[in-house]
Amino acid sequence: MSGLLVSLQDAVVQGVLWGIMVLGVYITYKLLDIADLTVDGSFAMGGCVCAVMILNFHVDPWVSLGVAAAAGMAAGAVTGLLHTIFEIPAILAGILTQIGLWSINLRIMGGKSNVPLLKTDTIMSKFIAATGLSKQAAAMIIGIGIAIVMISFLYWFFGTEIGSAMRATGNNQAMIRAQGVNTNWTKLLALTISNGLVGLSGGLVCQSQKYADIGMGTGAIVIGLAAIVIGDVLMGKLRSFASKLISAVVGSVIYFVIRAMVLRMGMDANDMKLLSAAIVAVALCVPVMMNKWRIKKSYTEGGE
Amino acid sequence: MLDIKNVRKTFNKNTINEKKALNGIDLHLNEGDFVTVIGGNGAGKSTMLNMIAGVYPIDSGKIQIDEINISRDPEYKRAKYIGRVFQDPMLGTAAGMEIQENMALAYRRGQGRGLAWGIRTSEKSYYYEALKKLGLGLQDRMTNKVGLLSGGQRQALTLLMATLKKPKLLLLDEHTAALDPKTAKKVLEITQEIVEEQNLTTLMITHNMKDAIQIGNRLVMMHEGRIIYDVSGEEKKKLEVEDLLKKFEEASGEEFSNDRMILAK
Repeated sequence: MSGLLVSLQDAVVQGVLWGIMVLGVYITYKLLDIADLTVDGSFAMGGCVCAVMILNFHVDPWVSLGVAAAAGMAAGAVTGLLHTIFEIPAILAGILTQIGLWSINLRIMGGKSNVPLLKTDTIMSKFIAATGLSKQAAAMIIGIGIAIVMISFLYWFFGTEIGSAMRATGNNQAMIRAQGVNTNWTKLLALTISNGLVGLSGGLVCQSQKYADIGMGTGAIVIGLAAIVIGDVLMGKLRSFASKLISAVVGSVIYFVIRAMVLRMGMDANDMKLLSAAIVAVALCVPVMMNKWRIKKSYTEGGE
Repeated sequence: MLDIKNVRKTFNKNTINEKKALNGIDLHLNEGDFVTVIGGNGAGKSTMLNMIAGVYPIDSGKIQIDEINISRDPEYKRAKYIGRVFQDPMLGTAAGMEIQENMALAYRRGQGRGLAWGIRTSEKSYYYEALKKLGLGLQDRMTNKVGLLSGGQRQALTLLMATLKKPKLLLLDEHTAALDPKTAKKVLEITQEIVEEQNLTTLMITHNMKDAIQIGNRLVMMHEGRIIYDVSGEEKKKLEVEDLLKKFEEASGEEFSNDRMILAK
C-alpha cells in the first residue's frame, strides 16, 4: 500500500515538473493553433544543457535552469525562423529542428547519450539541505512554486498588448495583420517563449531525476497534447484564461498519475507511448465522429 | 489624399493561368471622397483594394497616401493608414476573443505594441459609447466572445473597429454582400453615418448599382483591370442604373452579363 502511495507521490511530482512543458505546448497548440514538434528536441536540450552546466561547468543549479530555458528559446526561435521567414509548414519546421537537436544534444553531452548528476548539488538537494524536507516534498514545492510563477507570467503576458496580438494571431491572421501586427513576429515570439518553457521543464526534470538522457524528450509533444486534452476534459467548463493554464498543469499531473497506475497494474512500460498516442488520437477523433454522426442523424428524407 | 499611378499586377505570370488583374490603374482621391466601385466579376475591384492594403505586392506603379509612398510596404505597416472591412464577416474579427478585446486590438492599429496592459479600464467606456451608437445592443455584451455574434453584428463591429482610430483611408470590400438584405441595409446605414461623421476618405466596392449611385460623392467603374468610368458630383447624382449599364456596354463592348448586378436593379 505504501508502495502505491510513494509511486503516486512520484507521479504527482513528475506531473508538475512536466506541467511546465505542457504550458509551453499549450501556447503553440491552443493559442496559435500550431502543433510544434520542436518540443521533443528542446525538452531534451533543456535537460542536457542543465546537466552539463552543473557537472562540467559547476554552474549554480538555479542558473543552469535559466540556461536550459534560454537553450529551449533558441531552439524555438530556429523553428520560428524556418516557419515564418522561409514559410516551411510549422509541423515540418518543428521536425527539422527536432532532428537537428538530436545531434546537437549529443554534442552538448560530449558524445555520451547519458549524463548522471549523482554527486552534484541540484535545486532539490539544496532545498532539502536548507529545509530538511523529504525528497518528494522538496521537489513538489519547487515544482508547484515554479508552475505558479510561470502561470502568473503567462497570464500577465497574454494580457498585454503584444500578448493580445499573439492570441489574435492564433484566431485570425488576416484580421490582426489589418490591425498593423506583423504576424511573423508574433509567431516567432510564441514559438520562442513556448520552447523556453519546454527547455526549463527539461532542466527541472533532469535535476529531479539526477540525470540527462538523449532520449528524455522523445514523445514529449504527445505527452503535452494528452495532458492538455485531459485538462480540457476535466476543467473545460472553466472559461477564464488562468483556469485554462492551470488545467494544462493539472492535466499533466493526472496524466502521470494514470501512467503510474497502469504501470502498477502490470502494463509494460514500453507500451506507455502507445497509450499516450491513443489518448490523444481518441480525443481528436471523438468530436469529429460525433459531428459526423449528428449530421447523419439529422438528415430526413422529406420532400413529401 | 490617395494617389494610385499606373499600378499593374499579373497573377501566375508566365503560366497557363496567367491573369492580368490590374492593367494600369490611375486613381486620385481627394480628402473626404466617398467613392463607390462597381464592375463585373474579375474586373479587378477586390484586387485593387488588396493592392492598396498591401495583401500582395504590385508588379509596377506607385501607391501614395498623403504623399507617403507605401507601394512596397508590407500589409501590417500600411495598416497605420488604412481601415478595412472584408466581404467575409468572419475575416474582420477574432472569434475567440471578447468584443472589447477585439476593439482594443483595433484601437491600437498601426501603433507599436508593448507590454502595457492590452485593454485599459479607461478605454472601456469609450468602447461602450461607440457600440451604443451602432444600436445593436452590443454595448451590454462587451465581454462576450465575438464568435457568438451573427454575421451582420460581426460586420458592424468590424466597421466600428476599422474606424475606432480614424484611418486616412477606409476600404470596404463588398462588406454587405454576405448579409441578408435587411441586415445589409442596416450595415450600410451605419457605414454612411460613420463615414459622414468622421469625414473619412472611403473606397467601397458594391454589387448593387442603386447603392453605388445613391451612396458617396463619386462612382468608379472597372473592367478588365482598368477604370473605365469615373463620375462625381451633380453628374453622379443624376445617374440611373440604365445609364451605368449603357456606359458599361459602351466602354467594354460587351453586354453586362452579371446577373447579380441586373437583379440588383
